[in-house]
Amino acid sequence: MPEPVIELELVSKEFPADPPVLAIDEISIDVRQGDYLAIVGPSGSGKSTLLNVLGLLDRPTSGSYRLDGTETTALRDGARTRLRGDRIGFVFQSFHLLAHRSVVENVMLAEVYGAHPRKNRRERALEALDRVGLSHRTGFTPDRLSGGERQRAAIARALMGGPSLLLCDEPTGNLDSRNTGAVLALFDDLRAQGLTIVVITHENEVSRRAGRRVRITDGVLSEDS
Amino acid sequence: MKIRDLWTEALAGLLARPVRAALTTLGTVLGITTLVVTLGVAATAGNQIVGRFDELVATAVTVEVPEQKNAPLVSWDAVSRVTRLRGVTSAAAVAETKDSANLSVRSNDLIDPTRVTAQTLSVLASTTDLPQAARGRMVSGRFFDAGHVRRQDRVAVIGDRAAKLLGVGSLKRAPAIFIGKHAYTVIGILGELRRERNLSMAVMIPPSTGRQFGLRDVTRVLINTSLGAADLVSRQAPTALSPGNQDLLQVIAPPSPIRARDKAQDDVNALFLILGLVSLVVGAVGIANVTLVTVMERVSEIGLRRSLGAARRHIAAQFLLESTLTGLTGGVIGASLGVVTVVAVSAAKQWTPLLDVRLALAAPLAGAVVGLLAGLYPALRAARMEPVDALR
Repeated sequence: MPEPVIELELVSKEFPADPPVLAIDEISIDVRQGDYLAIVGPSGSGKSTLLNVLGLLDRPTSGSYRLDGTETTALRDGARTRLRGDRIGFVFQSFHLLAHRSVVENVMLAEVYGAHPRKNRRERALEALDRVGLSHRTGFTPDRLSGGERQRAAIARALMGGPSLLLCDEPTGNLDSRNTGAVLALFDDLRAQGLTIVVITHENEVSRRAGRRVRITDGVLSEDS
Repeated sequence: MKIRDLWTEALAGLLARPVRAALTTLGTVLGITTLVVTLGVAATAGNQIVGRFDELVATAVTVEVPEQKNAPLVSWDAVSRVTRLRGVTSAAAVAETKDSANLSVRSNDLIDPTRVTAQTLSVLASTTDLPQAARGRMVSGRFFDAGHVRRQDRVAVIGDRAAKLLGVGSLKRAPAIFIGKHAYTVIGILGELRRERNLSMAVMIPPSTGRQFGLRDVTRVLINTSLGAADLVSRQAPTALSPGNQDLLQVIAPPSPIRARDKAQDDVNALFLILGLVSLVVGAVGIANVTLVTVMERVSEIGLRRSLGAARRHIAAQFLLESTLTGLTGGVIGASLGVVTVVAVSAAKQWTPLLDVRLALAAPLAGAVVGLLAGLYPALRAARMEPVDALR
């Protein structure tokens, strides 16, 4: 059986307000290496909070979260940042590409922080761009790319440094159906290569392609059949 | 994060908005330019004032000789005594009394009761080196020499203004003047005096003929020294002139040139320094403002970098380096403009440009420090952002 990448145990996140808002409520889930998991749910259901917790961008109020076997909830800020940089590749709905840098420079940015060597960084970035089928656009700035190409560039950046987990937040939210198809085909390829993918989406087409689906409603997680 | 990566990211961050970067730099450019120009021009102008001061006063030593009833304190060979001193470039001994300072001098023997024909001029006896000692020039004719002195010739040299008053123009026909009842032949006109300017209204006669006006003893010795020698000469001259009675002589020495220079420059510098610093503070506020706006605009970039593994210190370092580079660039351009302006102003005024090389080197550094300080708060704001909030 593949090793678990994500182990969530009774994880809750409460936001201080009057009354306090319980965004996610005692969520427990395991995601193993090579899994392709879709988390679906309506707006305000707690999807983004769960993604932030999984991406080590936010701390849960209670519960335990192990990433690649490392218990993360007690880690200090610096250690969480290092773990995030080393193990997680993010794909955002709005791509988050730096407008004034070329595609290859945007991809190289993923190895600027952390202990990655400078040597051959460009070659590794070009390799990542090749994996997503963007070898012909490496010198372009993002404004000259189509939406689908931008998202593929962002995926190439997420793949740099060999993460154990690709965490995607509505990756096709800004794409038309053709580009959505291309990105989802890419996810299929990556999964076939053994990458663990967690996608948060409210689009049925995206969740259908995933091997496993969970639904989150009012902060409570349930397996979706 | 490696230093080279930090450098690359900061530079790329700046160059992403070149126009804004240039405009932000402008504040520091103006501040540093003002600082360098004000300090440079102040130093140059200050040096100019002191330079003139030096030339006219700092090398002039005067020894006043009080009148003595018995033997004179200083004899007429005073010049040879003082010129032996190291640093003395020229000297002259002069005899002038209260009575001789107001003598009636006429250019002819006629007495016209309807007109004022006589001028009240100062008559003094001097040694033959007076033109050099008074830093003047013979406008016409010549000064009397050792021969005139030895032969007790009744010759006189008159100052240029005295010549005008007396109506003496050309010396070709050997004009005479009458000092009281005594006729003297005018052999020269002394003018363009840069020291002892009152000599332009005086009549100078050889010491050997001055006795009839009571000009027997030396009352003053004028000494010129080379630059820097005045202090030493003014201490040695009394002993050289009158060994044993040196304490009776009164030496008028120039003020210390170093102190004069420092004081003049301190006054000018303090004022301009404040001006320059104010400009620099304005520049710093400009950088701080723009960096803060930039941070607010780049919130999503900060979020992205945090998601890619950037620690808070990496974010802070990048923004600090960006603002420091802005300041440094402003400093380099400002220092260059400042130096060029100082040289241009000096050229226009025909001054010798004077600029402390340390100032030219420290100015870019000051720009960098200004940028660093101005970037502190924005960098802190950027570092404090929570990645969740920044990515929202």
